[in-house]
Formats: sequence, structure tokens, C-alpha cells
Amino acid sequence: MTDAVLQTEQLGISFGGLKAVQNVNLTVKKNEIYGLIGPNGAGKTTVFNLLTGVYTPTTGTFFLNGEELRGKTQEQINRAGVARTFQNIRLFNNMTVVRNVMVGLANRPEYRCSLFTSLFRLPRHFKVEKAMRAKAKELLAIFGLLEERNQLACSLPYGKQRKLEIARALASDPKLLLLDEPAAGMNPQETAELMDTIRFVRDHFDMTILLIEHDMSLVSGICDGLTVLNFGTVLAQGSVSEVLHDPAVVKAYLGE
Amino acid sequence: MNFLVTLINGLSLGGIYAMIALGYTMVYGIAKMLNFAHGDVLMVGGYVMFVFLAINAHPLLALLVAVIFCTLFGIGIEYVAYRPLRGASPLAVLITAIGVSYLLQSLAQIIFGSETRYVTVAELGLVKIGSLSLSVATLVTLGVCLAVMLVLHLFVRYSRIGRAMVAVSEDRGAASLMGISVNFIISLTFAIGFALAALASFFYLMKTPIITPTLGSMPGIKAFTAAVIGGIGSIPGAMLGGLLLGLVECFSNAVPALAPYTDAIEFALLIVILLGKPTGFLGKIRREKV
Amino acid sequence: MMSFFQKYKLKHYVNYAVIALFTLIFTILSLSGALHSSTQYLLEAMGISMILAVSLNLVVGLLGELSLGHAGFMCLGAYLGGKVASLLAPSLGESSPLTLLLSLAVGGVVAALAGLLIGLPALRLKGDYLAVVTLAFGEIVRVLFKNSGESFGGAQGLATPRFDRQTLFLWIFLSLLVCLFFLQNLMRSKHGRAITAIRDNEIAARASGVSVVKYKLLAFMLSSFFAGVAGVLFSFSQFNVRFDHFDYNYSIEILVMIVLGGLGSINGSLVAASLITFLNVKLADVLTGNLAILQDLVYALILILVIIYSNAPALKNFRERFNLRRLWGKIRKPKKADASVQRDDANDWAEIPTKIPMNEILSTDLSPVDSSVKARGDAPADREEDRHD
Repeated sequence: MTDAVLQTEQLGISFGGLKAVQNVNLTVKKNEIYGLIGPNGAGKTTVFNLLTGVYTPTTGTFFLNGEELRGKTQEQINRAGVARTFQNIRLFNNMTVVRNVMVGLANRPEYRCSLFTSLFRLPRHFKVEKAMRAKAKELLAIFGLLEERNQLACSLPYGKQRKLEIARALASDPKLLLLDEPAAGMNPQETAELMDTIRFVRDHFDMTILLIEHDMSLVSGICDGLTVLNFGTVLAQGSVSEVLHDPAVVKAYLGE
Repeated sequence: MNFLVTLINGLSLGGIYAMIALGYTMVYGIAKMLNFAHGDVLMVGGYVMFVFLAINAHPLLALLVAVIFCTLFGIGIEYVAYRPLRGASPLAVLITAIGVSYLLQSLAQIIFGSETRYVTVAELGLVKIGSLSLSVATLVTLGVCLAVMLVLHLFVRYSRIGRAMVAVSEDRGAASLMGISVNFIISLTFAIGFALAALASFFYLMKTPIITPTLGSMPGIKAFTAAVIGGIGSIPGAMLGGLLLGLVECFSNAVPALAPYTDAIEFALLIVILLGKPTGFLGKIRREKV
Repeated sequence: MMSFFQKYKLKHYVNYAVIALFTLIFTILSLSGALHSSTQYLLEAMGISMILAVSLNLVVGLLGELSLGHAGFMCLGAYLGGKVASLLAPSLGESSPLTLLLSLAVGGVVAALAGLLIGLPALRLKGDYLAVVTLAFGEIVRVLFKNSGESFGGAQGLATPRFDRQTLFLWIFLSLLVCLFFLQNLMRSKHGRAITAIRDNEIAARASGVSVVKYKLLAFMLSSFFAGVAGVLFSFSQFNVRFDHFDYNYSIEILVMIVLGGLGSINGSLVAASLITFLNVKLADVLTGNLAILQDLVYALILILVIIYSNAPALKNFRERFNLRRLWGKIRKPKKADASVQRDDANDWAEIPTKIPMNEILSTDLSPVDSSVKARGDAPADREEDRHD
């Protein structure tokens, strides 16, 4: 319990009779970049959906900094400090880039502003709006999106959309960041850039990151620990080199 | 005894609703759009028959012409108003459909005037079964409706084109990669749906021989309700929803205290069912993948 | 001068100013007796339509849920407000502002509660299904009032007090200003952003900590509150409330207004609502018989053409080329790069050839749950707002 940010215990879910994920025990320590890999359909995204409250686990439970989050709603889990990106990018397409980030910022305690205050435009409303905008710009600057802040999110090129999603996730000031295939659709050069970005996020935001990835160069390049899922169960777990040389893993990926 | 009469009346009204609902549901399932103008086809078919009966054509000939006219009409409307919007937001398509509905009503008003017209499509009289006296029209309606539904169900299940329809409804992109002409299937769906509505129009007029330009509105909305109750997109669902709604309507009308509230009861039923089962009785649950 | 405008975002207040000025002019005319009663009626109708359109826009354009029952909320407000007014009139006076205000409060609050009731299914149902529920709600309300018997006038309709014609339109425009004040303030706050975030992507909104339940209910309640207010004002304007006025065609008419005005655009709703109502009232005098029907036909055609023009995927390039805002931007500042237009990212494409967003090319995913309404309306306002700070 000492420095584990995320801990899952026997986490599992079944849809009808199908056991999509079972008995997943993960421990992600503070400031770790932890990878979750596995063949298609192994249940990786389902694990993310369990951790963010999209699904409620049918077995087991999970903790964020010791606080049990099982059974909470997505909003509550986000407020507790878990933010995520999506495999297929999900931005607020018809809103500007800066507003996308401001949606993420809205739940921070320092930007608390009641509905009443907003409806009557009391002084606090203006103060909060100004502060949020400044903070959003700060985040956008970090991701090199400041120039595009007044464009619609859907008009950004693909790579920048991915960055914007990360910026929006970070806006909610999470303790744990979940990245679902951040390098999908990127070429090697972009992937290398992305690795720098992820490391930078960890250092600059003091972040703990759990990521799903297929790109082995990215996984072996930045991950501190690794879990391999296959058919919804943990196949191997440990340090990157250990796991990647595990015969069971090689078999799952390459066949006999 | 009264109960039996009401039951049969309900089933026959339900059959009419079901026939219109089938059109709604097929178009929704395959073209993925709510064709709000569907109810107005009832009116279009009604006027076509009115014209032909006015020149003393045989009712069945009038029906045939109405069905053919509505079929072509459906293909035309789809081509002009809905096809350009394929791939646009569902709200845009829905609003266009509402516009088409308005357009049809005002066209009918311009051509035929807003006054009520009476039309007698067929006089079939009464039949006595034991101590029950039932109108033949009701029985014919019920019989034809059930037959049509059965044929349609078998067609979609077992024919080549029917299976292509299912494929398009499941995944339009994949279906077109398999060599199915999506445009053809969608046109065909509209054609079938509109033909059914024209047929329903015949039986509806047999029951209530009154035509106005807004004739289609209420039955249209009811049939739509029926389709949603049964699970929109599902053919057996449309039958089930139609029959259920017809029964509820007839039984509610049979009780004097409830009669004025019949419409409210039907719509309240819809809300309750949707709240309990958000996709209707037989609708498929489509979860958005995260 | 320009910077002064920009600094205080004065453009946010332009619509208040225009409406206030408009009201002021007509109040003076009215008090000096120069205003014909038919003009007063026209003003009343325009004001009521604008309230209805703006409030419906909150749910359809900004929350992205299709409501086909706006007339139902209005009907509730009209009957209950009218009833309260007729009860209060003997003691407070027929034209007493207090009578009006109390009935507005009752009508609005009851409609808002109904909005809460309809908002609850909105949490479970999506898109088309919700549209049916709102439609059903509108019809239920109508049937109930039709059979209400003595207490609400039954089939004859409910008679309401005769409010002073000289000042009624003033009250209507004041209500419109209040409605605008709350809705625009809401939309320009973090709460409004949360609502548009739900519209754009509900799943991402949840994951970003947006309380979807709270905001959906809020949008429904606020929208129906003002529909109820419009209903009360309508009952004062008509002297008589009849259920058959509030049928589903009326809901559609309001929907047409906001679609023509541009979904999500409050000013667009205002313009379209006043224009359509103006034409409706004016043409109703001029056109009779078949010509009146011709008017419906033209509306229907315009509606279809506008939607096809602004939504058809095939016309996308054409639309972008002849985008008014863009052309205006070119005229206004020909040298500055126009941020409102997507930047020419030819370079970006050259750099990263794998960036083609496949999901956009193959975006034929039309499953019902995914049928989030895509409105573009509020986008220009978004951009404008931030450009100069």
C-alpha cells in the first residue's frame, strides 16, 4: 500500500456468460509508466473501462491511493483522480480546442463556481473564467497547441488531436492517467516524439501513467513495468525485459 | 361476448397500425432514419383511391393503383429528399422528413382542398358467427394484415434480397464491400414500406371512410409509437407493437370512463415501456463501444 | 474603439441592446397611442415565438437532444398560468402586474417540473427514442386538458383575464430579455460548456468528469421553464387558451425556427423566430384560402432545401467556398490569416502521410446510440470570443 497509486485485486467482469476479464491484479507505483499489452480482444480496453467506471466490475475491486473506487460513477472516478484518453479519439469536435481543455478543468476545486454565480454573472464567475482560460492556455502551450486554440477540435490534424486528448485528460488534475493506444496510427518518428511527451508528462505533472499499446518500441522504450493480457487473464507480469522474454508471451504473440 | 368483439376489433386496428409500423421499422432498420412522412403516405394512398373510386373504378383496381403509385412515390421521395443527406447527422434527416410530411399535407390541401371527403372503398356488411355479429371488413383486415406480415417476415428471412437487407442494416459499409448495392436496397425498402402504407390506407378507410389532408398524422404517430414499443428496427416487434396498441386503443375506447383519454393512455404506455426497456420489446441493444 | 469593444466583449450584449431599443421605441409609440392593435398583437406573437425558439434551442442545439414536445410545456404553462390569473384577477385586478408575475411564476415552475419529468427518460434514452417520448408527452398534456372538464374549461378552452393590451407586449419583451439573460449567461459559463460537451461526445464528457445527469436535467428544466413562461404570456395575449393550439405541429414549427436560425445559435433563433412569426401573422391577413396553403408549401420547401443545402455531404466543398462568415472575414481583414477557417494544413499532410483519419472517411456508423446531434451553430461564437484576449 505504500506507494501504489493504482491497485487492482482480482478485477474481473463478465458479460452474460462471457468472462471478458478475470483476476487481474495490477499494482502501479507512483511516477511509474506501466504498460498493458496483449493481442487484439485480450480485454485491455475493458480493463480501462473498468478502471474508469464505464463498467462496474463483477468480481474484485480496485483502489486509487488506497481509496476504493469500485461501483463509483465515471464522473466520481474522474474527480477521484483517474483521467483517460480513448482508442478512437473522442474530442468535443464542435468546440474550440481551448474549450475542450476548459471542460476538463471545470471540476478542479480552485475553479468552483456555482450555477447561481454563473447565471447571475457574479464577480466570481469572471474571475474563474479568466483563471480557467489562462490555465487552459498554459496546458495547450505545453502540448504545442496554443496557436490552434481557437480552431474547432475536429479541424486539428490527427497527431494534434491525440495531444489535445491528453491535454484535456491532464486538465482534470488526475493522479493516474490512462492512455489507450496513444501511438495508434503514428509513424516511427511521431512515436518517438510521443515517448518524449509521455515522459515529459510524467516528470512535469508528477504523473503516474498506465498505457495500452501495440507498438513494442514504445513499450520497451518507456515502460517501467508491464502486464500482458491474453483472453482476459494475466499471462505475464513484471519488468519489460522479463515479460518480453517470457516463453508464454512469445507463444501468445507469435504462435507455436 | 362484447369482450370478444372488442378483441377482434382491436386486433384488426392493430393490424393496420402494424402494417404502417412495418414501414417505419424497415426504413429505420435499413436506412437508419425516422421517416416522419410515413404516416402521410396513408393520406396519399387514400386520395389516389378516392380519385379512382370517383371515376367508378373497381375498389381493388383503385387499391392496386394506389399501391403502385405509393411505391413509386416512396422511391422518388427517397431519391430527392433523403439520399442527398445520407451520412449527414440524424437530426438533419429527421427534420427533412418532417419537412416532407408538411409538404405532402399542403400539396394535398392545394389539390383536394381542406374539406373532409367521404369515400366508400368497400361495403362488406356483417357476418354472424354464433351470437357474435362482426363486420366482415374487420375480419378481412385482420386476415390480410397477418398474411402480409408473415410474407414479409419470410421474405426478409429467406430470400436473397431479404438477406441483403439484413446485411445492409447490420453494417452498410461491409454490405457494400460484399457487392450489395446499398442504394438499391434502401430504395427497395422505401418502396415496400410505402406500398404497405398504401395497403393499410385501404383498410383504414374501410374502417373510417373519411379523408382529409391530415388523415395520416394520427395513425402515423400511433404506428410510429407501435414500432417503438415493439423495438424499432425489428419486424416481429412492429407486429407485436401494432397489435398491442390496437388492443389498448379498442379496449380503452370500450370503457366510457377511459375513452376520452385513449390517446393519452397509449402514449403513456409508450413512455412507461421505454423507461422500463429503452429499446422496446424486441429491439436490439446497441451499446456504443468505448 | 475596436479594442474597447473587444475588451468588454460588447458584442455579447448587442442582442440585449437591440431588443431593448426595439421595445423602447414601440413602448413610446404604444403609449402615445400611435400603435395599431394588430401591430401590438404582432409584437406579442413575435416575442412569444422568440422565447420559445431560444428555449428550445437550449435542448436541441446546445444539449443535442431532439425535443418534439415543446408545445406541451407551453400548454402546461398556458393553462396553469391562465388559471392562476383568472383566480387572482378578481382580487388583484385584471391588468395588475402582480397577477401577471404570479401566473408567470406558477406556469414556469409547473412546466419546469414537467421538464424534469421528461428529462429523466432523457438520461436513459437517446436520439430518436427520446424524440418519441417528448412527442408523446406533448400529446398526453393536450388530451388531459381537453378532458379537464369545468376546472380548465374543457373543450371550450380556458378564458383568461383581459390584460391591458397597451403594455402586454412590453411584459413579453421583458420576459424575453430575462430568458436571454439566463440562457446566454449559462452558455457562456463552464456549465454551458459542460452542456455542449455532452452534445459533442457524451462518453468523453463523462470521462472528463462532467455530471451528465445534472446538466441534462438542468437543460430540460430551464428550457421547459421558459416554454411555460411563453405559454402564460400566450394565454394573456389570446384571452383564451385552447388545447388544440398546442399540437405537435406547433412544436415542429418552433423546431423549424431554430433549424433555420442555425442550431445552437441564439441570435439565429431570435432572427428566425421573429421573421417566421412576422410572415405568419402578416401573410395570414393577406393570404386566404388556397394562398394560405401555398404559404405552408413554401415553408416546407424552404425547410427541406435549407437542411439539404447545409447538411448534404456532397455539398461540403460548395458550402465551404461560399461560407458567409469566411467571405465576411476576407472583406474585413484581408491580410490577417483567418482563424475561423481551417488552416491549410497541406504541410502537415505532407509530413505525416499516415494521418488520414480513416474513421472520418468511413463514417457511416449510424447505430442509434451514436446518433449524437451534430450542430455547428455555436462554433463561430466560440472562436470569436477568444480571438482577441
